[in-house]
Amino acid sequence: MSSNTEQRRRSAGWLGIHRGHQARPAEWLAEKFIFLVSLSAIAMVLLIFLFVAREAIPVFFGETNTALVQPTIPVAEMDKHSPAELQRYLDLTPEQFKSVSRETKLELMQGKIDEQNEVPENFRNDPDARINTTDWKYLLQAHQWNGYDQPEHIWQPVGQIKKFNLLPLFAGTLKITLIGLFFAVPLAIGAAIYVSQLARPRVRETVKPVIEMLSGIPSVVVGVFALIVMASALQNIFHYQTRLNAFVAGLALGFAVIPVIFSIAEDALTSVPRAYTQAALALGASRWQTAWQIVLPAALPGVFAATVLGFGRAIGETMIVLMVCSASVMSWNVFDSARSITTTIAAEMAEAVNGGPHYRILFMLGALLFAATFVSNMIGDFVIHRFKNKLEGKR
Amino acid sequence: MSAPQAKHFRAERFDFWSFFFSGLTGLATLFIIGILAVILVNIVYNGWSGLSWHFISTIPQKDFFDIKTTGVLPMIVGTAFRVIVMTIFVIPVGVITAIYLTEYAANNSIITRIIRAAVNNLAGVPSIVFGLFGLGFFINFVGKNMDKLLHNPSAVWGQPALIWASLTLAVMTLPVVIVATEEALKAIPPGLREASLALGATKLETILRVVLPQALPGILTGGILAVSRAAGEVAPILFTGVAYYMASLPHHVTDQFMDLGYHVFVLSTQSPNIEQTRPLLYATVLVLLVLTFALNIVAIIIRARVRKKLRALG
Repeated sequence: MSSNTEQRRRSAGWLGIHRGHQARPAEWLAEKFIFLVSLSAIAMVLLIFLFVAREAIPVFFGETNTALVQPTIPVAEMDKHSPAELQRYLDLTPEQFKSVSRETKLELMQGKIDEQNEVPENFRNDPDARINTTDWKYLLQAHQWNGYDQPEHIWQPVGQIKKFNLLPLFAGTLKITLIGLFFAVPLAIGAAIYVSQLARPRVRETVKPVIEMLSGIPSVVVGVFALIVMASALQNIFHYQTRLNAFVAGLALGFAVIPVIFSIAEDALTSVPRAYTQAALALGASRWQTAWQIVLPAALPGVFAATVLGFGRAIGETMIVLMVCSASVMSWNVFDSARSITTTIAAEMAEAVNGGPHYRILFMLGALLFAATFVSNMIGDFVIHRFKNKLEGKR
Repeated sequence: MSAPQAKHFRAERFDFWSFFFSGLTGLATLFIIGILAVILVNIVYNGWSGLSWHFISTIPQKDFFDIKTTGVLPMIVGTAFRVIVMTIFVIPVGVITAIYLTEYAANNSIITRIIRAAVNNLAGVPSIVFGLFGLGFFINFVGKNMDKLLHNPSAVWGQPALIWASLTLAVMTLPVVIVATEEALKAIPPGLREASLALGATKLETILRVVLPQALPGILTGGILAVSRAAGEVAPILFTGVAYYMASLPHHVTDQFMDLGYHVFVLSTQSPNIEQTRPLLYATVLVLLVLTFALNIVAIIIRARVRKKLRALG
């Protein structure tokens, strides 16, 4: 400790292991262990993205084929085709293709031919039956399906010709989410202004935890409430046709999002320096003028971030929407049913064949959902971070 | 705290718009509290009559839609089992991460910022995506490979099971534990650490003997919040282990299980006779609500105390 050189010698031991009474290999090991464990959060985010996207990779690269009628390769002509071609034809992964014996391959080829022979007669000449519905064109664009009057976007993963157009799901998700936010944002931010700026301290101390309690209600419980009580009550008011629709789902979703938006917005409003408020009040502004013209503009980035994070929460909510509405109808009428991405995954995963095209598309929807919430989280956190830094800098 | 003089200088002339908008935001607050009250009252009022010891302690038959003969014992046991297994995994990892972030990490180093960003992101991932992750990673990757390594003739690990549901929930609730523990660790006065170090304790000893015991209520809060959040979640367990019906209670981590939240979902959407099932549904919801909500209230009370302590320290 006496000189600089000695200090340096003490701090830089072998492999960072110090000597002396506070320098033990066990301590060093424990520190490294703590560091490694703390990396698990990063590892989990990466693993989630990797393993959800992994199952969806074949769809991204157009390697799945759902065409009902497919050209077949006669068993005898096996050797005329390259291994890569055969592997794709038999729907095998490269490892599977290598590990499978020649006899099994021949059997699989025969199976392919038998499968084609079983296609019902009326589909043989149907051009729709030759379409690979997992092609990006059919995932996104409208198509004139046999039996429809005009080109339509259809999500219909059952039946002989499975239709996987994603737009009805995107539209449904957006519709329900926007209804939810339209309802939740004004209420939550209004309450945040009241609780942080206008209410007396004692009111604030009690109201805040009470609103936070709302987030403790499991979403299936909110779903039951919406399904039984809200759906009927709202039908009596608005007299709509479909009892369970996007409007009911959106409102119920709003309940789930209110505490999220409230607590972030309240936090942002509270972190505006007290000097601002005091200066405004001293100049003769009323409480409301101070809140509306001084505090809210100062806290606007935080309030915006609260809305963005609420949006991320809303598009990811599953059980409420699953219980309240499910039919995938492409319409902008709020009183029609709608189907969200989350609902689709939850309802259809059980019947999708493990590894099949439907299964892969559901995983792709999950990956898109993950990406969407990832982006909204990043924006929200970034804005809050900047906002807090700015306030601290000014202070 | 609010400035005391502000009260005296409050606008003396009556300003209509001030009054109007203050009232409006107050109404918004009241409305939110009203929603909460209506939901709670509705469920307690309708569910109360269905509750009985028989209901809580009976294993139902396959056809469980009649309230006179059915019960929720396997669902309570299943939910408790999966939540306990989850806690075993999530508490150590969450607490250790929080210790790193508050005690060791340099506040603005890149790695700390990445860890914090990851924790925030994990908190925002949709619960259904956790379900997909559980299926894609734990069951299809870890489980199937374990079966291969152990040379199991049939799938033991590579199928939906309680352990995979619990692990999925552990990943989901990791941020809850980390944030609560961090808050608790920050509330401990630095003087305590300094005193311990000055007496010759090492950093690790200080953390284990001085810091952690002080932070115990906060860690407890984190654990309770995680349990309460996980107990009510249905989406992540849909593909990772929940069963529509099981004749016996789960007794091994590779078993599937019945679950309260999922049972609520089944009762409300798949009942053959909605009117007849309603009392049963409400009673089940009440059981679920009591379990999750009671935990939540305890956590909120402890947390409020921790926050008060934090504020007192400035």
